Amino acid sequence: MRTILYLIQKELLQILRNKTMLPIIFIVPIIQLLVLVHAATLEMKKIDMYIVDKDLSSTSRGIVQKFESSPFYYVNHHSFSIQDAENELKKGNIDIILHIPFGFESELVKGNNPGLQLLIDAINGTAAGLIQSYTQAVLADYNREIMLKWASPGMKEKPLSIEITRSFWYNPELNYKTYMVPGILVLLVTLIGMILTSLNLVREKELGTAEQINVTPIRKYHFITGKLFPFWIIALFELAFGLFIGKLIFDIPIVGSLGLLFLFAAVYLFAILGVGLFISTLASTQQQVMFINFFFMLLFILMSGLFTPVETMPDFAQVINIANPMAYFMRVNRMILLKGSGFYDVLPEFISVSIYALIVLSLAVWRYRKTV
Amino acid sequence: MKRFWGFVLKEFLHIFRDPRTMLILFGIPIVQVLLFGYVITNEIKDVKIAILDQSKDHVTIELTNKIISSGFFILDRNIKSINEVEDVFKEGNVRQVIIFESGFGKNLKREGTANIQLIADASDANTANLVVHYTMAIIGDFVREQNKLTGSPIQFVPEVRMLYNSELKGVYMFIPGIMAMILILVSAMMTSISIVREKELGTMETLLVSPLRPLQIILGKVTPYILLSFINAVTIIIMGNMVFGMPVQGSMILLLAESILYILLGLSLGILISTITKTQQNAMFISLFVLMLPTILLSGFIFPIENMPKILQWLSILMPPRWFITIIKNIMLKGTGLMYVWKETVILIVMTSVFLGLSIRKFKIRLE
Amino acid sequence: MSEQKETIITVKNLVKKFGDFKANDNLSFEVFKGEIFGFLGANGAGKTTAIKILCGLWVPTSGDIKVAGFDIYTQTEQIKKNIGYMSQKFSLYEDITVFENIRLFGGIYGLSRQEIAQRAADLMHRLDIEHSRDKLISSLPLGWRQKLAFSVAILHNPKLVFLDEPTGGVDPVTRRKFWDQIYEAADKGITVFVTTHYMDEAEYCDRVSIMVDGRIADLDTPSALKEKYSVKNMNEVFLKIARIKPDQNN
Repeated sequence: MRTILYLIQKELLQILRNKTMLPIIFIVPIIQLLVLVHAATLEMKKIDMYIVDKDLSSTSRGIVQKFESSPFYYVNHHSFSIQDAENELKKGNIDIILHIPFGFESELVKGNNPGLQLLIDAINGTAAGLIQSYTQAVLADYNREIMLKWASPGMKEKPLSIEITRSFWYNPELNYKTYMVPGILVLLVTLIGMILTSLNLVREKELGTAEQINVTPIRKYHFITGKLFPFWIIALFELAFGLFIGKLIFDIPIVGSLGLLFLFAAVYLFAILGVGLFISTLASTQQQVMFINFFFMLLFILMSGLFTPVETMPDFAQVINIANPMAYFMRVNRMILLKGSGFYDVLPEFISVSIYALIVLSLAVWRYRKTV
Repeated sequence: MKRFWGFVLKEFLHIFRDPRTMLILFGIPIVQVLLFGYVITNEIKDVKIAILDQSKDHVTIELTNKIISSGFFILDRNIKSINEVEDVFKEGNVRQVIIFESGFGKNLKREGTANIQLIADASDANTANLVVHYTMAIIGDFVREQNKLTGSPIQFVPEVRMLYNSELKGVYMFIPGIMAMILILVSAMMTSISIVREKELGTMETLLVSPLRPLQIILGKVTPYILLSFINAVTIIIMGNMVFGMPVQGSMILLLAESILYILLGLSLGILISTITKTQQNAMFISLFVLMLPTILLSGFIFPIENMPKILQWLSILMPPRWFITIIKNIMLKGTGLMYVWKETVILIVMTSVFLGLSIRKFKIRLE
Repeated sequence: MSEQKETIITVKNLVKKFGDFKANDNLSFEVFKGEIFGFLGANGAGKTTAIKILCGLWVPTSGDIKVAGFDIYTQTEQIKKNIGYMSQKFSLYEDITVFENIRLFGGIYGLSRQEIAQRAADLMHRLDIEHSRDKLISSLPLGWRQKLAFSVAILHNPKLVFLDEPTGGVDPVTRRKFWDQIYEAADKGITVFVTTHYMDEAEYCDRVSIMVDGRIADLDTPSALKEKYSVKNMNEVFLKIARIKPDQNN
């Protein structure tokens, strides 16, 4: 037991004295948090619209007006040339072209579909989908308005309508930051835990100090505990620090129990450090470790549901996600922080992560012995 | 010169002999392309919803069927009371609850209007927003159909054309991003690490006292990565095309030339990093935290730049991948020529020269 | 052998293969308690492989080996308690201070806090580096680091210390001083097992074994070897042995 303390003391000294690592551990993540959270938004702000109104009727002007007065649209181009409009689209200056053909109003009055056109730059498929649905909603609204206006006297029946009320729970303003902060925190804690652990161990191999340790009578699991413990503490501290910053700057809600969150994080980090340890047994140089880390981190991050919901991924991805520790914590962190989910709500994940940690750690320790 | 090529050959062997490095070099691009192509979609699909139907008449059943059969949603459960909503959300699977008022069908018939309430779990704001919009669109469609049946005129339904990507494939957006990322990863990160490694292990001194000139040493270290990056670029283009049908509308030669320019930029950045760091660990962390993550996030790769706060938009100007992504998107998807992308090309050239200039200065200072 | 000597290392038919390559080809030898045993050979002759096996870092392919009375296959942990080791790569942590290194290794070998403080003070006094107590290892000159590494390797008073090319990369004067330290250790009764490719260092050993291509080509005291090959110094002994070797193989 005393041996472990000596090791931990040495680890902490090394970390605290490293003038490059310290800022990397503590300052960089905060900057990352600030930048990433602001950058990672899929929210639509302004849609750049180009209007080609060839009809110039009161109805078409009504449509144009709708868009010009909408806060979501920025109508900065008008002309009669669809050619010009398409050129602008090609240059990437605008997102959408609204084309109102000549004779729009008269066709509409006759009861025909007057051939209104929307041309959308769809390279970013998601954005295009949103632009389309926003725009169609505006048009449908206007359509209803004129229907009611024109129809009232002579019509036998009023057109049907369904009133939709929307409420967004836990985050009524649809503030994406409250969603991203917990996610980015998971990312940072994982990055720090996994990369620091694996790099540290391989660094000792590379410098030859690992060998020195290996000829001492120290027990393997003492050594591994001594190695992992400091990083476990650092990662937990990082989580606390990140939460504090998140609360301070982004005012993220902390609805659930912090005790539960840290309990989960503590177990989760066993799994992550285990993965780091395992990776270190696969490599003999820091460069290799970094690449292996990189490979896994990319997989873990992209599939974890940080940016896109897991359930929209294909089935095979969901199967792979069973082996992705980040996916569990990503989900649980958000559930606890944002919705206040309790112990029983996160119990399945808790069990999964515990088993995961157990398997990975034993595997890593077993492999670590073999390589010696 | 012969000595130089011998050195390059040694570097090549060094890389090729290590299966782990090779796996990363070629495994990452392939896995990435597949991941982004198949896994990372912002489309709504199979989202679980719950329904609280207080009416259960033929209209609500018809509308429910319409919503479920859209493919966007899966009915997770029917709930009986508004009080259950909270529990359902806390469990974490259901993202939206649709509530039909009682007497929905009757109201619609008599009054011409009826009420639906959509409650979304907005802890994931982005998805909640999409989910609600999709649901509203389906309901809107339903209303239009009903009106058509009752013969209400004066309808204009816009014809929508999705240009450059008619199926709204996410992969079109991501392939340029992956290319930008992988190329900078291989060229900047790998080169900086491999140079710093020699410093750290002390072999750099051995090289410096050899008859090789410093410039030759750097070039020798860098040359293999130029080739590897280039192979990577080609792999990604081919995979994008074969697996996901990502076209190359414009000139292939221009595309490859721009890729090489971007690779050179990455290399000069890698050299610069290697001149300012002493240990591999530091080089890695600089590459990773200062380069990679901001690159991914600020380049417009996943998140549109125009939506970001102004400061970040300015910051993104400094991100080389931003310009490269614009260039390849233009060439691959829109089929535009150099005429449309000359500005971005110039920016990349300027960046490359600045990085190179800085590293040469740094390098000289150290040697003196 | 005139007098009965106690053996501390017994190696019988040690073989270590890496694939088809035999790094150690049927080595057999004994090391006696208290002697300085030199393990000589060119780079790649298999010295480091052998030393790593004796330290319990690597497992041999076959052979019977006992170190400090313990079996190499089953009692590695007991062996490790009784040996010290200093490798050709740096064995101290460069980013912590002199004292912190001593404390760490003392702690690992289970010394008490007082023992650590005592021996650290002793050690630094002997090496005359008290003023550098709180300096990082990386800031010390190479020769100092090697001396310090050696002292740390025998901090726990092992029966036996293994030195793998301990003097690589330093000038002859520093090397000579390092050997003074080795003698000091030997005087205290610590057996020293040292590998080197500097032939002048061979003269300092009680007995030397000369390895060529994974085999022990010869083993005796330096003076006996010089006599046998009728040359003036160990360097020439080595050259002769290396030259004969091809004929033996044929």
